[in-house]
Amino acid sequence: MPQLLLELFSEEIPARMQAQAARDLERMVRDGLSAAGLISEGMKAFAGPRRLALVVEGLPIAQADRDEELKGPRIGAPDQAIDGFLRKTGLTRDQLSERDGVWFGRIQTAGRPTPQIIAELVEQTVRNFPWPKSMTWGSGKLRWVRPLQRILCVFDREIVPLSFEGLTAGDLSQGHRFMGSGQVFRARDYDEYHEALAGHYVVLDPEERKARILEGARTLCFARNLELVEDEGLLDEVAGLAEWPTPILGDMDPAFLDLPPEVIRTSMRTHQKYFAVRDPATGKLAPHFIVVANIAAADGGAVIAAGNAKVLSARLSDARFFWDEDRKSGFEDWLKKLDGVTFHAKLGTMAERVERIAALAREIAPLVGADPDVAEKAARLAKADLTSQMVGEFPELQGVMGRYYALADGMDADIADAIRDHYRPQGPGDAVPTAPLSVAVALADKLDTLVGFFSIDEKPTGSKDPFALRRAALGVIRIILESGNRLALNAVPGVSANDLMPFFADRLKVTLRDQGKRFDLVDAVFALNDDDLVRIVARVEALDGFLKADDGANLLAGYRRAANILKAEEKKGPLPAGAPSAVSQPAEEAALFAALQALEPKLDAALAAEDFTGAMTALAALREPVDAFFTAVLVNSDVPAERENRLRLLQQVQTAMGKVADFSLVTG
Amino acid sequence: MIATRPASFQDLILTLHAYWSARGCVILQPHDVEVGAGTLHPATVLRALGPKPWNAAYVQPSRRPGDGRYGENPNRLQHYYQYQVLLKPNPLDMQDLYLGSLEAIGLDPRLHDIRFVEDDWENPTVGAWGLGWEVWCDGMEVSQYTYMQQVGGLDVSPVAGELTYGLERLAMYVFGVDNVYDLPFNDPQGPNGGTSYGEVFLENERQMSAYNFEVADVDTLRRQFEDMERQVNRILDEGVGPQGQKLVLPAYDHVLKASHLFNVMNARGAIAVAERASYIGRIRDLCKRCASEWLKQQEAA
Repeated sequence: MPQLLLELFSEEIPARMQAQAARDLERMVRDGLSAAGLISEGMKAFAGPRRLALVVEGLPIAQADRDEELKGPRIGAPDQAIDGFLRKTGLTRDQLSERDGVWFGRIQTAGRPTPQIIAELVEQTVRNFPWPKSMTWGSGKLRWVRPLQRILCVFDREIVPLSFEGLTAGDLSQGHRFMGSGQVFRARDYDEYHEALAGHYVVLDPEERKARILEGARTLCFARNLELVEDEGLLDEVAGLAEWPTPILGDMDPAFLDLPPEVIRTSMRTHQKYFAVRDPATGKLAPHFIVVANIAAADGGAVIAAGNAKVLSARLSDARFFWDEDRKSGFEDWLKKLDGVTFHAKLGTMAERVERIAALAREIAPLVGADPDVAEKAARLAKADLTSQMVGEFPELQGVMGRYYALADGMDADIADAIRDHYRPQGPGDAVPTAPLSVAVALADKLDTLVGFFSIDEKPTGSKDPFALRRAALGVIRIILESGNRLALNAVPGVSANDLMPFFADRLKVTLRDQGKRFDLVDAVFALNDDDLVRIVARVEALDGFLKADDGANLLAGYRRAANILKAEEKKGPLPAGAPSAVSQPAEEAALFAALQALEPKLDAALAAEDFTGAMTALAALREPVDAFFTAVLVNSDVPAERENRLRLLQQVQTAMGKVADFSLVTG
Repeated sequence: MIATRPASFQDLILTLHAYWSARGCVILQPHDVEVGAGTLHPATVLRALGPKPWNAAYVQPSRRPGDGRYGENPNRLQHYYQYQVLLKPNPLDMQDLYLGSLEAIGLDPRLHDIRFVEDDWENPTVGAWGLGWEVWCDGMEVSQYTYMQQVGGLDVSPVAGELTYGLERLAMYVFGVDNVYDLPFNDPQGPNGGTSYGEVFLENERQMSAYNFEVADVDTLRRQFEDMERQVNRILDEGVGPQGQKLVLPAYDHVLKASHLFNVMNARGAIAVAERASYIGRIRDLCKRCASEWLKQQEAA
């Protein structure tokens, strides 16, 4: 079956956009083909520094022919009706046929040749491509991520006639910018294309480029008895910067190894896109780096390695300058500078924010086992490094540098750790702080952020969360749950005033869902207005266990039945207030009354002890009496006193169960 | 074509001049008002706008008062040279032309690792942006390459391709020199050879750093800034040229002066963080006025 090969050849595409572009190209072409009724056997898209390519296998050479019969007006219908039908179908009167007293028209449409459809589809795809940023160039109007220079488009080994905005599709492509002949080459199908690219020093598949980089880098390290510090994000990026990626090992002046390893790695990574290398014996950084070049140079890369080493030296000299200067100035200077740093136009300066965090940390400290004075002090120091020169240069080292500088200043290790760790967790994969002092500052930091932005109505909406408030709330939840600390969140200033608890409830649902737990039970428990996350989760888990067991599931059914009856009866008039009275008959009513009497003290004791499993066990004792009651007793008795007492009983069942959770919000 | 490596800093400049001259650029001299970057020369900022083709190359001394280091840092200068090329509309083979210029100054792309790394250029003080790259040679940024999309908030149409080479840094790489002051300014083997970059500029760095950081008088600068700001508006409102045109070019020179005064105040530590954005906004507004007047004149012509 025929194959389509498409290549959009441009100037260098930003590395970070390549993978998504390949996905978008595949999606747009697949959707366009299937809208035209053309189904392929398979397709694959590739993206690299200078090209997006797509191969589609097994397409038909044309759309299927269509033969439709359309029913028209009945025989003898007014001329107007028949003329209308002819206009609609484009047929003439003598083309109509007659059957069962009705006119029929037949329309036969020949399927269009696939290349025609491809030509239109490629043009639409190029014109509507969803680049995150695009541009025009020269005197043209076309937009692409960078100038689009050439289109190769062949179907079934023939060029697809296609021309727009000065671009005409052909069967030509070109290889590496610097290596090989530099001449264009012809390709009429994917095999020819792939082979020619390899011969012209281009690795088309990004996965192959990554494998080539990793393998090459590991081999270089192994030969020198070193170990590559692997870094997936960096690997993705460098694989998008080279068509013929060639790792080269360079040397770094060992004198720089006295800098914090985070500084060396960050400088290598963000400025230079180098991989760090370590000594497997000590696990410490080794005085080398791996740079991924785009060429295999004739000299084996000696010039490239030397040039890169020189650039790295200059970078690390800058870093050393910052490191030395920062240690000379220190916390007092930086704290003063926080006065001049705006945190947010409506939330004041960083200095004001630090004051708020310090006050909050002081309040939280005793609840998490930290010393209030120390927590206040640590919180006050936690943001100081933001005005240090090193963090100015490498913002991602915030906290990390603060810790180093605190240690250099002779501060206690737990304060230094709190400075570093109060930013944690920085994402779902990051660990939460566990030391009580770090926990206190981390919670204060995140709660101040949440309260602050909620108070100025900057809440996240849909996919927009510019201040990462969801991450902050999730951080609070994880820190509290993983440490088991008991914290009444509503007592934190601003939490209840800004109605933050529902936001926490939403985030807690996400957390539980990610853990594979029943997140819909969160609503049933949150409805009790508890603000202690540890207790809430314990309740959710006990409830989950209860509802999974027979007793729980049946009692839930009984609860719903009671609720439905009460709801219906309430429409007739107010429900009777007060407690039910003891009766001797019928026996099932007496039994339910007795069960409720027995339940209450047990339930209250279990809840007071936060023994939620015990509370559920106590509730389980209601199941049989409730079931029996509904089987044998008619609530809506003709005797008003009987009816009222039974309604009181059902209300009592509801109230008792409501102490454990709001069962009306259990959905499953 | 791999040329012989230039023999000196000035040879590097002359090589680039010869290269771009042969490709049809007018070779201009620097603009005679202090600017922070070669982009601000009217030959780029203004000429990028409008329908007329324009191809120019020039060296622009650039002043960044805050970057001064009293001549003590081997890489940082408050006064340095940028080599600037503007091709409007950008030719379709502009990348090849650019790479040819690197070969002309002795950087062989089969021996050096030359790469185009995403860098979207933006200059908020002139309301300009474009897409392009930093060009890396063996891990060092040697040029900025931009397809200018907007200047002064106005579309650049046809698009202008802009190249900016940091000459000192490029020269340090080409000559394998670690300290900018050791660069050979003229040919060490030639007559009167051996004048170093330091002999030409070290004293300038020392004195200008002291002036920018310690001596510049903030009140005077502030007053002058406000004078310049008023003058830009006055020139555009009241000035009339011999053909009845608005006097965009002198007005724009005053914008540049205001911009430089702001940079000195900033280096002097006289601009609070909150003030910064407002100063930049004021300069941008002035620049936008000039840009839109210029565009009107170009489209009318």
